Amino acid sequence: MEIAKPSRNKGRSRIVRNLNNGIQDLSSEHNLQFYSIPPVETISLQEFEEYAVERLKVLKVIETAGAKYVKGSEKYNDHVELEIRKTPFKRLLKHSDIVSESDLHKARQLDKISHFILRLAYCRSEELRRWFLQQELDFFRFRFQCETNLSERKKFLEINKLKYEPISDTEKNSVQEQLAQAGKVDAGRVNTLEYFKVPFTEALDLVRARRVYLHQGSAYVPYEEMVSILLSVYRTKLSQALAVTSRALPHLEEDDRLLPMLCGLSKRYLGQDYSNRKINVGQITADMIEMLSKKSFPLCMQHLHQALRQNHHLRHGGRMQYGLFLKGIGLSLDEALKFWRSEFTKIMDGDKFDKQYAYNIRHNYGKEGKRADYTPYSCMKIIMSNVPGTGDYHGCPFRHMDADLLKQKLRAQNIGGEYLDKIMIDLKGNHYQLACTHYFEAVHHLSLDTHNGINHPSQYFDDSQKELNGNKLVSSGGTNRSLRPASQNTPKSKPSQVSQHSDSGEMEDDFDFEAAVHSIPQE
Amino acid sequence: MTDGKNSYDASSLPDLLPIYYKRLFPYSPYYRWLNYGGVFKNYFTHREFSFTLKDDVYIRYQSFSDQQDLEKEIQKRCPYKIDIGAIFTHRPKDHKTIKAAAFQAQEKELVFDIDMTDYDDVRRCCSGADICEKCWPLMQIAIKIIDRALRDDFGFEHLLWVYSGRRGVHCWVCDEVARKLSQDGRTAVAEYLSVVKGGENQTRKVVLDDRIHPSIGCAINVIRGRFSDYALSKQDFLGNEEKYTKVLQLVPDEEFREALSGYMQNFGKSNHRWLVFIEKQKEILDKGAFKKSQNMVEEIMLQYCYPRLDVNVSKGVNHLLKSPFCVHPKTGRVCVPIDPENVDSFDPFKVPTISGLIEELNKFETTEEQGKRMKDYRRTSLNESIQIFEKFLKKLEGSWKGRLQEQSDMKMEF
Ligand code: SF4
Ligand SMILES: [Zn+2]
Repeated sequence: MEIAKPSRNKGRSRIVRNLNNGIQDLSSEHNLQFYSIPPVETISLQEFEEYAVERLKVLKVIETAGAKYVKGSEKYNDHVELEIRKTPFKRLLKHSDIVSESDLHKARQLDKISHFILRLAYCRSEELRRWFLQQELDFFRFRFQCETNLSERKKFLEINKLKYEPISDTEKNSVQEQLAQAGKVDAGRVNTLEYFKVPFTEALDLVRARRVYLHQGSAYVPYEEMVSILLSVYRTKLSQALAVTSRALPHLEEDDRLLPMLCGLSKRYLGQDYSNRKINVGQITADMIEMLSKKSFPLCMQHLHQALRQNHHLRHGGRMQYGLFLKGIGLSLDEALKFWRSEFTKIMDGDKFDKQYAYNIRHNYGKEGKRADYTPYSCMKIIMSNVPGTGDYHGCPFRHMDADLLKQKLRAQNIGGEYLDKIMIDLKGNHYQLACTHYFEAVHHLSLDTHNGINHPSQYFDDSQKELNGNKLVSSGGTNRSLRPASQNTPKSKPSQVSQHSDSGEMEDDFDFEAAVHSIPQE
Repeated sequence: MTDGKNSYDASSLPDLLPIYYKRLFPYSPYYRWLNYGGVFKNYFTHREFSFTLKDDVYIRYQSFSDQQDLEKEIQKRCPYKIDIGAIFTHRPKDHKTIKAAAFQAQEKELVFDIDMTDYDDVRRCCSGADICEKCWPLMQIAIKIIDRALRDDFGFEHLLWVYSGRRGVHCWVCDEVARKLSQDGRTAVAEYLSVVKGGENQTRKVVLDDRIHPSIGCAINVIRGRFSDYALSKQDFLGNEEKYTKVLQLVPDEEFREALSGYMQNFGKSNHRWLVFIEKQKEILDKGAFKKSQNMVEEIMLQYCYPRLDVNVSKGVNHLLKSPFCVHPKTGRVCVPIDPENVDSFDPFKVPTISGLIEELNKFETTEEQGKRMKDYRRTSLNESIQIFEKFLKKLEGSWKGRLQEQSDMKMEF
């Protein structure tokens, strides 16, 4: 998709079709789509922003729900549905009050256009793409699973030319045992299920998690897992599209009205503010870290800190995760060098440190190499990517540490009772961020389930500082507080869901073109 | 580790490498491999190579127009190490003239790197870069398991296994599907094959579900066949209190762990202790007690023997990996292909070294009459390794014969 330079008369912006190649656009035939074909409508700049903001609200809802509940669980679905009902996307939900054809058409258009706008806004960096992709995938999954009507599902497959044939009973019988083992079901149950043979490259999520039987390059996927196949198709399409869009983006830069808006949009909901070191740099010094680590660091960072203190060394993964976090909370480059140097030189001479490690730290601050300004890792990144191996201390303890060991460590920190129980239950269900949120509540003596959810270590730090020091931040996380409504004048603690929601409505007022222009990340 | 036969002295490397690259490096089959029959345009010319020269001077983004060019450059530079990278959108050597965003890695073999250092927590004989005949079986197990999974589960056929020259092995999966895999695809395959997981904060690194995935089931069978030889006799892995305490940490149920600990004290030898383990597990299986320990025996076997992949090497299309037929500068050993069907006959300590090979050349020169045209490497002990490489190549060539036929048919039609 391309956005034409706005014609000089008063900020009209046109979205132009250029990739359709005569393919018939069937996307408005169904509530669900893969957004393969860009919209052709002309919309005003104001609509442009409105649409984007509406979708962002929804994606934010998806993200929050994912941090609070098990994805796909009843609670999750209820929560998401309830929240979506407050937005124009409600017409796309099933059991919606009967809507007229034209309303439906409008809703589908909103869905499509808003998706394409956010693609533009969120294609510009790895971190943005990752966030957008994840929320879009979850949004899609939610909608597909709500689509309980079998013929609607089939129709969706048809429109998207996804032809999967079920395997014959003979074939099924010949691999019954394997199907049962791989699918963790009884052999008898296999008989009642329908299986599809799909090239393993189309079932990557299932392959990665070893959730299907794999033979000679084909994955045997039960019908129930079909959504996972669709998600993988969608993931591939969308991440390719994002890559293409990001390469095409320089053309847009001529458009001096769109770019700031796009930047503003992407800043707003990702919580990119956590990385904005220009604002808060220098408020933390090397000698404060020890104290802060005990009071306000999330568990992942506490561990890295302790490992560093013990071994006077951290491997690359740990240096990145911890180093960028420290940068994010406001440690200046000079202080960072001082800090790392003081530890590392306990086991090596200063010369070796300067040669082999100082570069790495300056690199994090964008002073070497590509001069990219690296941002602190989000929980999602820490949990999902770069699994720690032998000798590593990075990662998320709730994800990467033995449950027994973790329990022991938590006990040692005087965390017990219902908090500990809750955390252990979270772990069983693989809800790592949720466990972290409950940990936060335990450490700060908040009642259970009152915190809004942890999704970034820097946010953990900020929120902790707020709890401890009232509203005064030792280190400010950055400019945009809209993610965390408990700021400024709300009394401390207990941010509720309601305030969070009303908060997202606040955005219209504080859209700041000036600030947006100045914060264009240089990649 | 000492090795009398092929005494190699690292300081002589600068003198030996020119001869090796002049007379022994198998350029022709090497080129046949990386050119992939010329089926895809630019496959060879857009391939990145990188050289590590003397004193760790590292140069990336080398590329060559053809075999002659490659030969010439290698002989000129005499690299200590050659790495093979991806096939790019443009000739890598021109990368500076191309916008960074346009210069993209497109395809590469799917590669795996298995390194003995990653087993340090479960082998007692050596650590770090060292290997010995007591721990090398780990690599044999690794090849057996990964080779089977790649072939049977993923349907790959063209696997090139290579000794890394020191303490591990590499695998190059050369099937078209593998070469075209996205980063996500590579990650998924690597994670499917990763069973031992977790960093320093995790003692129990293998946790199985009640129903064991068929692929892991096959791996367990491979390990079972070799476990008593490797773990019990070679490593004596329950041999003393320290050792078995470490193993006992992997038993999830505390009470059961304590009971087992008592039994350990009653028996003296690794194999007896292991029998007790198995015995007791059977007992609890029958009783349905200690639910968490149902698969304990399998979990322990996997944790001690299952291949540990360096997932980061496999993930990136762009990741470079040491080329086959390099010489390892520290050991002088050539990175030779390993025949996965004969892993047991491969002995890392018998791998030809650069000094040994050149000595062989010298011997031939003085004893044999001149004039017989024969590739030099055929006359040395490198020949055996080249045969293995040829076997792999022949099969690979079969895969594009059909392709070439198709292409020429198409041309005929126009
Ligand atoms: S959930 Fe996030 S902040 Fe909490 S420990 Fe894990 S990575 Fe750190
Ligand atoms: Zn050894």
